[in-house]
Amino acid sequence: MNLSILVPLLVSVITAATPLLLAATGELVVERAGVLNLGVEGMMLVGAICAFAAMFITGSPILAMLAGAAAGAVLSALFGVLVLTLASNQVATGLALTLFGLGLSALMGANFVGHPIVPLAKLAIPGLSSLPVIGPLLFSHDALVYLSVLMTGAVGWFLNHTRGGLILRGVGESDTSAHSIGHDVIRIRYYAVLFGGAMAGLGGAYLSLAYTPMWVEGMTAGRGWIALALVVFAAWRPWRVLAGAYLFGGVTVLQLYAQGSGFVLVPTQFLTMLPYLATIVVLTLMSSGSVRSRLAAPACLGKPFRPVS
Amino acid sequence: MEGNLSQTTLTAGHTAGTDERLDLRGITKRFPGVVANADVSLAIRPGEIHALLGENGAGKSTLVKIIYGILQPDEGEVRWNGTPMIIPNPHAARALGIGMVFQHFSLFEAMTVLENVAIGLDSPEKPSKLAERIRGVSAAYGLPLDPLRDVHTLSVGERQRIEIVRCLLLEPKLLIMDEPTSVLTPQEVGRLFETLRKLAAEGCSILYISHKLAEIKALCDRATILRGGRVVGGCDPKVETASSMASLMLGAQIKPLARRATTALGPSRLVVGGLDLPADTPHGIGLRGISLDVRAGEILGIAGVAGNGQNELFLALSGERTVETPGTIMIDNTRVGHLGAERRRALGLCAVPEERNGHAAVPEFSLVDNAVLSGHRREKLLAGGLIRAGRALDFATRIIKSFDVRTPGPGAAASSLSGGNLQKFIVGREILQKPGVLVVSQPTWGVDAGAASAIHAALLSLTSEGSAIVVISQDLDELLAISDRIAVINVGVLSAARPTASVSLEELGLLMGGMHEADVAKAASPEREMADAP
Repeated sequence: MNLSILVPLLVSVITAATPLLLAATGELVVERAGVLNLGVEGMMLVGAICAFAAMFITGSPILAMLAGAAAGAVLSALFGVLVLTLASNQVATGLALTLFGLGLSALMGANFVGHPIVPLAKLAIPGLSSLPVIGPLLFSHDALVYLSVLMTGAVGWFLNHTRGGLILRGVGESDTSAHSIGHDVIRIRYYAVLFGGAMAGLGGAYLSLAYTPMWVEGMTAGRGWIALALVVFAAWRPWRVLAGAYLFGGVTVLQLYAQGSGFVLVPTQFLTMLPYLATIVVLTLMSSGSVRSRLAAPACLGKPFRPVS
Repeated sequence: MEGNLSQTTLTAGHTAGTDERLDLRGITKRFPGVVANADVSLAIRPGEIHALLGENGAGKSTLVKIIYGILQPDEGEVRWNGTPMIIPNPHAARALGIGMVFQHFSLFEAMTVLENVAIGLDSPEKPSKLAERIRGVSAAYGLPLDPLRDVHTLSVGERQRIEIVRCLLLEPKLLIMDEPTSVLTPQEVGRLFETLRKLAAEGCSILYISHKLAEIKALCDRATILRGGRVVGGCDPKVETASSMASLMLGAQIKPLARRATTALGPSRLVVGGLDLPADTPHGIGLRGISLDVRAGEILGIAGVAGNGQNELFLALSGERTVETPGTIMIDNTRVGHLGAERRRALGLCAVPEERNGHAAVPEFSLVDNAVLSGHRREKLLAGGLIRAGRALDFATRIIKSFDVRTPGPGAAASSLSGGNLQKFIVGREILQKPGVLVVSQPTWGVDAGAASAIHAALLSLTSEGSAIVVISQDLDELLAISDRIAVINVGVLSAARPTASVSLEELGLLMGGMHEADVAKAASPEREMADAP
């Protein structure tokens, strides 16, 4: 395989991985704060349609990306009110959020089906982009690709090297301890949930603005579930999420190439099933106490917190 | 007594701001349906170790939460160095120089000592510098602590040191200790007291909350006694006798347990031989070679510092965890090691777990339903898979009557009962089933003295009917009062049981702290060894 095939192949791996990476990085922060939001798929879809609509109406890619992030955050705020303020069951609420996002995005997108938009521009970095091989591979992407990697790095740094990250981890590890020390558990969890929502919205925006620049109902095709699974398989470590997202992107792209060349490794239906299989595996793993502690899951993950004074 | 105290407060009023560090005046705090603190006044001087003495539910925790800014008083005034203050939250309290060591530690298991300290500080600090300061403080106050260790690898005593160091780094003017010794070995208690005395000598005030009279006599300069949310007296614990403080605290003279004369014991009813049980969680404790033998009419006490395998031992005895070799556990000569809780119950082994809500009882269920859950077989509450409602109601009512459970009725939800009342109900539920063997974990944890003595009396009267009882408890006083023999569990290994009458507190402490029996025997006097020999 020569470079002229390999470089576009690797570039498509990066684009396939980016929506996963954005959504999974956001969900990682949410889960490190002790909240399990299973509504990633729904927030991605609403992010996708809002970004697409903003792009179609205003033509501004920046407004479009902001709209995607804001839409995800708004949906997650709804989740936050139910789960944090009203202390509802996180699993049930998250599932409901996905169903809600699915329906809402279909409704909002009814008039946008089949319309074209200008895809997100590739940002060329002066000097670097003209390098052979490395240039097209690493330095000729759109803003969201760079942002996804930067955010993963930033989240890793935030969690492990800042006081805010320490408190966030503390809230996820022992909500009662954090409360008795005087940290506002609910407020910190709201921040985390909103951040996760915005990142999921951006992940969706990437799909409708860059990956396939159009709106199709249910266009996330289970990527939200893959993102959830990635967080668990990465054992809640940002850099492993990055590796996992790129690995999964690679699998997707290989499968497409293999199909295109008439060589079918695995029937495509299996790949379509994968998000749901992965979700079942993850939810099964998470319901086992011993697996949770072996994976070093945040100890308060999924447990509602009611401050008692 | 009340006169005494108001005089103290009056003095504080005259010399406002000069010699009282913390001065509470007329603090009142109401919760729906209950007045937790009523007109409480309390003054603490610099360098003073002041005891706050009271039973569970006397209002100690509420008062302390007000001082630490977790709660706000409805009435009254908090003065700090003579200035009236409102302490809106714990951050503000720490900024004033108030530190608190919680009874249930506010620690994060999966984090390092360093991170646990950092998260409790109000301003960020460079990790390397902070680690240096932690080492410095822990060396200065004799609290050895490695900043880079993960908390879940530490013992309870070490964990408490983290809390204390976290406070000391703030250079506190007032340190609040909430029941600090309930989970420590006697030796660790001694070390803690040295640290506290050193702190006090440097001018730090200490508010020491406890209901252990001996500790207060040994440590504190002054004591304020709370009962039912009110200050009922203040005294100098060095002068006062333990029993006079106790009667103030309890409001009435509690009659000491009548230790029954050791009657002739019957045959062995519960025999465990060489029980091994691997830990089921990474942080759990595995049981190794546990052997014990309890005879009819006997109470075997199992002491130990929390988290040394007590839970695992309880689960193994009750049948919630089983072993493959049936012969390792025998009830009345029947091999039961492989049988689950239900089958063991049928053979006469009833069990009362430590956790009331969620383990012993379903909080949302009524008392009747909770009675059916454990008593259906022995009390014949089922017929053809259906619940015999009349019999079940009758059983629940009998428990409530015979154990004086204060509740609106048998239809009340378990969660609506106070801790002590629910505990009486749960213990009563098992005792009324007339078990041949009863395994009880922490029978009086968080229960007021009245309920505790009722539970103790019930256990003792059960033995006179020929039952064998195992009591697992962290409360040494309790074990010394009711058990015939005592064994100590440490890191999943159970020491040989010794007759209570011939065992000393020091020996128990050494065993609880992980000293081996041989070493303990060496440390004990040779006469004692002779006496122990049968």
